[in-house]
Amino acid sequence: MSEYNTILEKMQWVVNHPGQVVEDYLKERKRPVIGCVPEYCPEEIVYAAGMLPIGMWGARTTISQATSYFPAFACSLVQSDLELGLRGVYDLLSAVIIPSHCDHLKCFGQDWKVAVPQVRFIPLVHPNNRGLEAAVTYLAGEYQRIRRELEVVGRLPITEDELNNAIAVYNEHRRTMREFTAVVRDYPVTLNARVRHLVIKSGYFMDKAEHTALVRELIAALSAAPVEAWPGKKIVLTGIMAEPDEFLKLFTENGLAVVADDLAQESRQFRVDVPDGPEDALTRMARRWQNMSGCPLLIDPDKQRRFMLTELAKESGADGVVVCMMKFCEMEEFDYPFYKRTLAEAGIPLLHLELDVNSPSFESARTRIQSFAEMLG
Amino acid sequence: MSEKPPSAKKMLNQCITQHFIDAATAKAKGEPVGWATSIFPQEFCETMGLQMVYPENFAAIIAAKHGAQAILDIAEGEGYDVDICSYAKLGLGHIKEQIAEIPLPLPDFVCCCNNICNTVLKWFENIATELNIPLLLIDVPYNHNYEPTPHSIAYIRAQFDKIISQLEEITGRSFDQNRFEEVMRTSNRVSRAWKKAIDMGRTIPAPLNGFDSFNFMALIVEARGNEQTAVVFEKLVEELEEKAAQGESCYPEGEKYRFMWDGIACWPYVGQNMRSFKDKHINIVTSTFPDAWLLMYEPGNLDELARAYTMVGNNACMEFQADRRTQSLREFNVDGMLFHINRSCKVMDFMQYEQHRQVFKRTGIPIATFDGDQADPRNFSPAQFETRLEALTEMIDQRKDAKAKRGDA
Repeated sequence: MSEYNTILEKMQWVVNHPGQVVEDYLKERKRPVIGCVPEYCPEEIVYAAGMLPIGMWGARTTISQATSYFPAFACSLVQSDLELGLRGVYDLLSAVIIPSHCDHLKCFGQDWKVAVPQVRFIPLVHPNNRGLEAAVTYLAGEYQRIRRELEVVGRLPITEDELNNAIAVYNEHRRTMREFTAVVRDYPVTLNARVRHLVIKSGYFMDKAEHTALVRELIAALSAAPVEAWPGKKIVLTGIMAEPDEFLKLFTENGLAVVADDLAQESRQFRVDVPDGPEDALTRMARRWQNMSGCPLLIDPDKQRRFMLTELAKESGADGVVVCMMKFCEMEEFDYPFYKRTLAEAGIPLLHLELDVNSPSFESARTRIQSFAEMLG
Repeated sequence: MSEKPPSAKKMLNQCITQHFIDAATAKAKGEPVGWATSIFPQEFCETMGLQMVYPENFAAIIAAKHGAQAILDIAEGEGYDVDICSYAKLGLGHIKEQIAEIPLPLPDFVCCCNNICNTVLKWFENIATELNIPLLLIDVPYNHNYEPTPHSIAYIRAQFDKIISQLEEITGRSFDQNRFEEVMRTSNRVSRAWKKAIDMGRTIPAPLNGFDSFNFMALIVEARGNEQTAVVFEKLVEELEEKAAQGESCYPEGEKYRFMWDGIACWPYVGQNMRSFKDKHINIVTSTFPDAWLLMYEPGNLDELARAYTMVGNNACMEFQADRRTQSLREFNVDGMLFHINRSCKVMDFMQYEQHRQVFKRTGIPIATFDGDQADPRNFSPAQFETRLEALTEMIDQRKDAKAKRGDA
């Protein structure tokens, strides 16, 4: 297992030192680094430009300067990203791409433009009328605009071949991550909630091809070991994200293994590939947006998410579902009454936890997770 | 003996009441009734002769009548978070249990346009799921820069075609192009009359009470394509012009302070707010709120129609919004500005702090904020409101004194 430990150490290092990752990349590759704000950023275009896309899912930090832009009821993700931007933490980035999935993100982009003028703001607005062909054309237009902006930033054209290659790299990464989340179920002791998250999160701070190779090595190292028995109960996580680590450790402490997730930061990123076909690269990327479902940011009057989540819990053999509700995330909050009902109808127990990455309340979470674990028996 | 023609206010009340009666009658007859967001391109539904109601208007009326809490409780009992927009929760609560004083019929289809916020996407998606009815969506991409992108306009245009076919399916009737042209002409006439009415706030003293303009707004929200609405607004303009010619303020004692109100009204306390303003002789002479319905375009030009609906204040970038506010402050001779930090409306709140700074930097006009909510009575403190209002009037007095000492105009 020494190989396994080396891989995890490498992943832990990038997660703990994103600033150093950026500095090293700039020194070695001499190409720009681009911040990619959640939830759905077209990283393939950045990658095609020979740049490093880096995930900006917030961080646990004290909010002080960002209070000049946001009242207290903005989500912790935009609050901490803006706070770090104001403190100059992102100054080495050449630009940030900020999507506009919700009102928090829409305003965050506008505030960033004023508050962090030294880091170029590249907006992105996804279409919500996703079933229409016009939505695909529109989104391809958005991606084309971003491509042109990145060409200016990187001072090099981005070719169709480079885009196709980036899509191939990202599809391979997505396939690998799906395989990884399946393998996790056989090794719940080694790949506990914290480690499972670490493996996925580290992908946001590495070249995707390198991350794919590392995760493949990890899968190979694990597969050589015997399958692990799990004496405790199994859960599925749903929501935007499940952080910080202290929170994830509470599951392990209470005998709960994460066997699958429906988190925006995790599986929702790699459930669907960019389709193959004769169309140009950006149109194919836009089709992926059309093919995705099961996330509150993907408007869907059928609310497929409630059925997908129920099916995921059944298929993964989970004993219950834990909602990691990002505090103040209206988009997620609007879905809750529906999947709560569907899961109840299916007899699947549900625990609702409110999470604030900046000021987590571990004591309350501990008590609730403990009671849930006891209830699952 | 000829009867005195009714006042604009009376006509407004008649129209609103009639509107609810018509919707209820249509529902009872089995005709389809739709719910729409407040700045949905109503031209399409009006052309089809559909009865549309506006849950945001309903929410405002219920909140002003102190009936919101019981319906919010129903929604929260369903699992909707306390954090969610109160208008949305009033609409969703009403679907579960119809306990409201206003007889709002349940929808057979919903029309959603996210030019006001993205929250409505989820709100209307939820209604469609809950009632298993069609969701008609005009998705208007947010304008991160001053102008909409060409591909954004093309995308909105394409959705107009889709809406027409969806409405044809709902009604079983075909879309009448001539009627559409007529509705567009009427809608522009209504917008022009509305602009003229709210522009009367430029007069010193202003003849229109700002809170009255919030009430008149109900009509431009729910009957923007209707001839009768134009008649009401034209009557209102006539009355205001008469008052202005006499040099009359909306208050018998005259106006002392001219304010700009930023954001939606704080409906659960609108009476208290109004009294406070009256006591201090403050009038709202302009606001970002009623301005949002100034939708003008060349009738028949669908690119312009798309553009009008995407250039709505809430859908505009930081610079555009600051320019609009600055322009209003100057053109309406405003003394002070009051920002409603409306707990429900994130899309407004999360840019207001920067708007505050930019507008103050450009104009030097004193600005204050207060915490409130468009419909949830739990998010407002009358004491804080009073204190902020007093502080703001003091700042204005000091500024006026300083100007007088310098010999400024």
